[in-house]
Amino acid sequence: MKVLYFAWVRERVGKAEEDIAPPAGVATVSDLIAWLAGRGEEYAHAFEKPGIIRAAIDRVHVKPDTAISGAREIAFFPPMTGG
Amino acid sequence: MTTTIRLQREDFDVAAEAAKLARGRTDIGALVTFTGICRDHEGGHSVSAMTLEHYPGMAENEIARHVEEAKSRWPLLGVTVIHRYGRMLPGDNIVLVITASAHRQAALAAADFLMDYLKTRAPFWKLEERPDGTRWVEAKDSDDIAAARWQTRNGEAAE
Repeated sequence: MKVLYFAWVRERVGKAEEDIAPPAGVATVSDLIAWLAGRGEEYAHAFEKPGIIRAAIDRVHVKPDTAISGAREIAFFPPMTGG
Repeated sequence: MTTTIRLQREDFDVAAEAAKLARGRTDIGALVTFTGICRDHEGGHSVSAMTLEHYPGMAENEIARHVEEAKSRWPLLGVTVIHRYGRMLPGDNIVLVITASAHRQAALAAADFLMDYLKTRAPFWKLEERPDGTRWVEAKDSDDIAAARWQTRNGEAAE
């Protein structure tokens, strides 16, 4: 699946997007955040406060307990500050 | 019902957009325009520029979803939402919301609703340039509280 990062999550991870293949046990958005956080220092920094990270699956806002199976595109970003 | 939603790097012309929405119509009795502008200060420090980052594709979808929600709540005759992205200087336009209805209450309420949701649910992020460097703007609790005003007893609006 494709993962996108925005704003300071993107800056901390050091890339805007990448393709990932998480193991089968990674079932929900919060599982995926925990798995990503274990991929290295930059990811640990980006996801150090998982509670404030927002996520979207296929461009729709989702909650942390949402299942990721079948997702084509998952995005992680800080709370939004538009308008 | 005329709906226009645009994300763009370029500036917009408020008067021209309002005229376009109302052109040829005689049923509109109220037209509200709200323009969000880049200001030169925030919380006691100066801001020399601001960069708006967005999630292409999702930003359009989220705005369209909330415009549909506004249309289902109020008898609107037209809606225009234009949100800019890229780097902006103090005084530059950032966002435009225009709502038209037969009467003012619907147009005013719908514009207020759309702005509250643009601030808290549309995937945009502001990076400020300050004298001491750049800093991502933090989401404000007051914006979440403002957006929560529109939640219905049956659940969140446009969730």
